[in-house]
Amino acid sequence: MTQTDPGPAEAVTPAAGERRVQRYRRGAVVAGVAGGVAEHLDVPVLRVRIAFTVLCALGGAGVLAYGGLWVFCPLEPAGTEREVDDRDRLRGYGLVALGLALALVLSAVGDQISGWILGPLGVALVGAAVVWREADGGSGTGRGRTRVVSGRAGVLRAVLGAVLVAGGIAAFLLGSLDVGAVQFGLLAATATLVGVVVLTVPWWMRLVRELSAERRERIRSEERAEIAAHLHDSVLQTLALIQRHTEVAGDETAREVRRLARRQERELRDWLYQEAGDETPTPETTCFGAALRTAAGDVEDTFAVSVAPVIVGDAVFDVRTAALVAAAREAMTNAAKHAGVEEVSVYAEVEDGTVSVFVRDRGKGFEPDAVPTDRHGLADSIHARVERHGGTVRLRTAPGEGTEVGLTMPRTEQPSEVA
Amino acid sequence: MSTTVDTDPARVFIVDDHALFRRGVRAELEGPGVSGVSVVGEAGSVGEAVAGIGHYRPDVVLLDVHMPDGGGAAVLARTRTEYPDVVFLALSVSDAAEDVISVIRAGARGYVTKTISGRDLADAVVRVKAGDPVFSPRLAGFVLDAFADRPGAAPPVDPEVDQLTRRERDVLRLLARGYAYKEIAAELVISIKTVETHVSSVLRKTQSSNRHELSRWATDRRLV
Repeated sequence: MTQTDPGPAEAVTPAAGERRVQRYRRGAVVAGVAGGVAEHLDVPVLRVRIAFTVLCALGGAGVLAYGGLWVFCPLEPAGTEREVDDRDRLRGYGLVALGLALALVLSAVGDQISGWILGPLGVALVGAAVVWREADGGSGTGRGRTRVVSGRAGVLRAVLGAVLVAGGIAAFLLGSLDVGAVQFGLLAATATLVGVVVLTVPWWMRLVRELSAERRERIRSEERAEIAAHLHDSVLQTLALIQRHTEVAGDETAREVRRLARRQERELRDWLYQEAGDETPTPETTCFGAALRTAAGDVEDTFAVSVAPVIVGDAVFDVRTAALVAAAREAMTNAAKHAGVEEVSVYAEVEDGTVSVFVRDRGKGFEPDAVPTDRHGLADSIHARVERHGGTVRLRTAPGEGTEVGLTMPRTEQPSEVA
Repeated sequence: MSTTVDTDPARVFIVDDHALFRRGVRAELEGPGVSGVSVVGEAGSVGEAVAGIGHYRPDVVLLDVHMPDGGGAAVLARTRTEYPDVVFLALSVSDAAEDVISVIRAGARGYVTKTISGRDLADAVVRVKAGDPVFSPRLAGFVLDAFADRPGAAPPVDPEVDQLTRRERDVLRLLARGYAYKEIAAELVISIKTVETHVSSVLRKTQSSNRHELSRWATDRRLV
């Protein structure tokens, strides 16, 4: 008893008060119920198993309790790591056998009511347990609603379980009943129905769980939309006002205030308009549009100018588009630093074969042939980055005319678009 | 850009449920350095707006997209047929495609965000009054996106309104890059008038096309 499963102590910590019993996925003897209960109650798993065994002796109550918990408690999430103690497990098997034996013996010598556990129905129960176990395994691998049983061996086991259930019920009917043909037919039909219901319990439970999960998700997204509407009307408006008012005043503080307001606006907007059901905004490492938007936001924050990216279409974030984003960031930084403007336009378009980015300002512009060395270096880094990956850079500028940097990059052969 | 010769100042009516914001816009449009615009009235709700527009018959209505009782789309629905001469310019803090597209499809002739400067706003007012749509770069981007030929997209039902011509696409691209009409004309070597014609035709297509993206954006709007 001293040697307990190492799982409970570390796993029970997060919000222990709100935890629901979750059945073990790894280290389960039958269905992980005892493990889950032990973790929930923070007691050694062996004690729980012994309790179930003792309950089995009391007219099979342990079997019923175990079955109930099995049906109503969800399996712990896949990928939960736990060290499995083989000795613990062996003891578990022993206890299962002991529990069943106790149930059989005590009900045989005991009163007649619990005699039903004997023989055929016992077989049926074991069959049901086999099928349910199989369903548990299936739920771990596929997320599909219909894939409850997976693999050839799994199908075999499920069929075996079904046969056991059917055989048990049939034997029970034939052996213990002595009735007329009509009555027998009725009873057989009912028994078959019961058998089917017992066998399909995992399916039903899963359906119910999925429905309630969907409902929860819907409620959440509705609530979120409502909050969004509120925030939209109050906070975004206020941020817009702040930006407008600070635009009139031109000093350093006003600039800083405007920068903060813009930043806040951008973050709030990202949160408000991220796709419903999408808990985190699209990570910038997977998609070109998000990466470019982040780059624009960074430049905006660093130099207190407004950088408004307009992005049409999207592409995967790979070496080429990464180089493109880096070059675009450089171009935006240049515009923010040297053009002397409040606003930089960024336009990106993803077409079938190419990705283009245009960074434009209406600022000072410059004479391309007579640039100071530091700027020349930056232009080089844009050129080098893009051309290394087969892209082209077009620079259009003249003193007083503003600057536009056009970057074009062939797309990597990969027709799949990130929606 | 004051390409239009100002005969009369544009009479502007402001619809926004935030009094503070109305006051700010009014102050800016009436402030120094801004000409060609005069604010005739303002309204803080859909009902007030409908009554005010009927009473003042303004040239241009600056319309907030989000209002508690139905928003800009409701105002448009209740006044568009009765006062076809009134031009609507949507003004919103939102940058979401659903908002932009839905208010354009409801009949607004332009869309600017609320962070626009007073002078740019006055300029936009004068332009929509003269009959030109006001396409912000973002709106141009959304329209390009909506009309993009994606693999697997449904074939156009009516090519007349479901597809953009090559030239219209070019104009939109430059708009999205932040070019002004004059600059677009210079870039594509066409007249400003032609640019305006292209943009108007894009606006018409955006309003009447049944393309999936457009209708989806207009109906999926979560914030009303």
